[in-house]
Amino acid sequence: MNWLNAVVQGLLLGGLYALLAAGLSLVFGVMRIVNLAHGVLAVVAAYIGMVFVQNFDVSPFLAILVVVPLMALLGFAVQWGLFTPALKRGGLSPLLVAFGLAVVLTQLLQEIFTADTRSIPSGSLASSSFEVTPELFIGVLPMITFVVGVVVIIALQLFLTFSPLGRAMRAASDDSETVSLMGIDNRMVYALATAIAFGTVGLAGIFLGMRTQFSPTFGDAILIFAFQAVIIGGLGSLWGTLLGGLVLGVAQTVGSQINPSYGVLAGHLVFLAVLAIKPSGLIPKAVDR
Amino acid sequence: MSSQISQVQVRRATRSSKVGAIALVPILIFLAVLPYILSRGTQQTLVTLFSFIVLATMWNLLAGYGGMVSIGQQAYIGIGAYGLVYIADTLGIDSFLAVPFAVIIVGLISIPISFLAFRLIGGYFAIGTWVIAEVIKLLVVQVPALGGGSGISFGALSDFSPGRRIAYVYWFALICVILAVTVTYLIMRSRLGLGFTAIRDDEVAASSLGVHVVRSKRIVFVLAAMGTALAGTMIAANNLRVQPDSIFSVQYSAFMIFIVIIGGIGTIEGPIVGAIIFFALQQWLADLGVWYLIILGITAILITLFLPRGVWGLISGNGRIRLFPVGYSLNVSDLAKSLSMSKGTTNESG
Repeated sequence: MNWLNAVVQGLLLGGLYALLAAGLSLVFGVMRIVNLAHGVLAVVAAYIGMVFVQNFDVSPFLAILVVVPLMALLGFAVQWGLFTPALKRGGLSPLLVAFGLAVVLTQLLQEIFTADTRSIPSGSLASSSFEVTPELFIGVLPMITFVVGVVVIIALQLFLTFSPLGRAMRAASDDSETVSLMGIDNRMVYALATAIAFGTVGLAGIFLGMRTQFSPTFGDAILIFAFQAVIIGGLGSLWGTLLGGLVLGVAQTVGSQINPSYGVLAGHLVFLAVLAIKPSGLIPKAVDR
Repeated sequence: MSSQISQVQVRRATRSSKVGAIALVPILIFLAVLPYILSRGTQQTLVTLFSFIVLATMWNLLAGYGGMVSIGQQAYIGIGAYGLVYIADTLGIDSFLAVPFAVIIVGLISIPISFLAFRLIGGYFAIGTWVIAEVIKLLVVQVPALGGGSGISFGALSDFSPGRRIAYVYWFALICVILAVTVTYLIMRSRLGLGFTAIRDDEVAASSLGVHVVRSKRIVFVLAAMGTALAGTMIAANNLRVQPDSIFSVQYSAFMIFIVIIGGIGTIEGPIVGAIIFFALQQWLADLGVWYLIILGITAILITLFLPRGVWGLISGNGRIRLFPVGYSLNVSDLAKSLSMSKGTTNESG
């Protein structure tokens, strides 16, 4: 491995982090909820994908068609039944409910699948790569993941900017009371926003499961990485989340290049440095909502 | 009129708090003599319960009063535990004297940490504290003097015979509980506590009335870190071994949060009641394996949504019974009588 290779692999990993972070960013942007269950939800999606791929012997990409709608449905239900009532309670309630959900889901996975590490079988895709230079190989799967991450971020940004529902979400984020006076059902807007967010988590979970081994407690690390991507990039900006994911990915692979046990630590230190020097993130939103 | 107003009494103690204070004396005496009655194993189990009470009391101070939800308090458990073992074993200072040193060191470390963590608010503050705890764990694992990834044993206490050692640790833990609850109680009765009540109700209004919001939060952040470190020393003294993966486990934060939510957030009694319930459930549901955490998690969610004052809120009739009165109540019955009102009213300002 050389340094160029470390940076390129880091960028590709960063695409996955951006994909993982997009949903966290969206839920916070629209409802000001920090979904502490975000990480474990990606792992839940990975397990569902794994069960589907193993039992029906199909391509993991086909599993996406099942997992994403399923996760979106779960998102709708969680928002409708748990998060929105918690928002009405106010104060610390949404955070505490999300935390409870995270613990419950992690332990349920432990109960069903044991603590063993698993992965989603992706056949020849896992090992195929193309050569850029003799020193630099790019894996096909990391490349696909990266492209999907970037496409999802762009699509979300376009959706929020131009579609009527996206407009309603931004409006609800700015002033939920006025929005409800305009005849928009906040509860429905919130539930749809979380459904979309969970859908992207589902997508991220499948790619995660194909790329790495996972276990029920893997969600902790995912939540932390997604959070770091959001903060490094800057709150309230999806472009920032993309950039934050890439910075985090590069920090981790370059850190591992220095010493294999420093990867995660290097990511943490870059995050803390951004927090200390530029707490609004690399791409801060122009106007704080 | 002035003679009537002079009859109005401002009181802090309530009947329940007086009864509670009187009842507390025999309870504490009973707890203090338990090492002469109970087996060593039971004493060690009780020390674990005491450490939960201290942890939950500190988490409640931070979140219930200070409004800061942290899921990174395990950082201070870990530094406290490692600090005690290092100071007592390596530097050779008496174990129980090493405890205040370890706690003060954690207090000092938590000051710069607060400057980083306070750049985040709400849920992001929560994850930020967790990242800081992970960083501390990853750094501790790199230090060979602290045993790296496998941890270190606590040897200084082995000078005592096992029976004596366990009794000493038990009494130490009991003192820690009394200290943590008393300090929290005194803080909430002080000017600082009054400021927190104001911040909780309206941060902007409190700030405009001269409450130093950030400074108050920082004081509580540091105090909670120190109290959590105290619990860390209790855990180290009880287990005689400190391992990075277990002492820095985020599960401690999960326990603290569940205990406080179930017991009742924002009260002094809540974390104590919650810790006892949590502990009983843990012993009772131990056979169920991970199911007990699932049951606890679901319970915590339901309590947050439907019973925000927790079990203590239920017992106390939403605050009518107070063992630790933090607010003031105004006894206006005499005034009311003279104004020919049929019933006295009390006005709580807490």
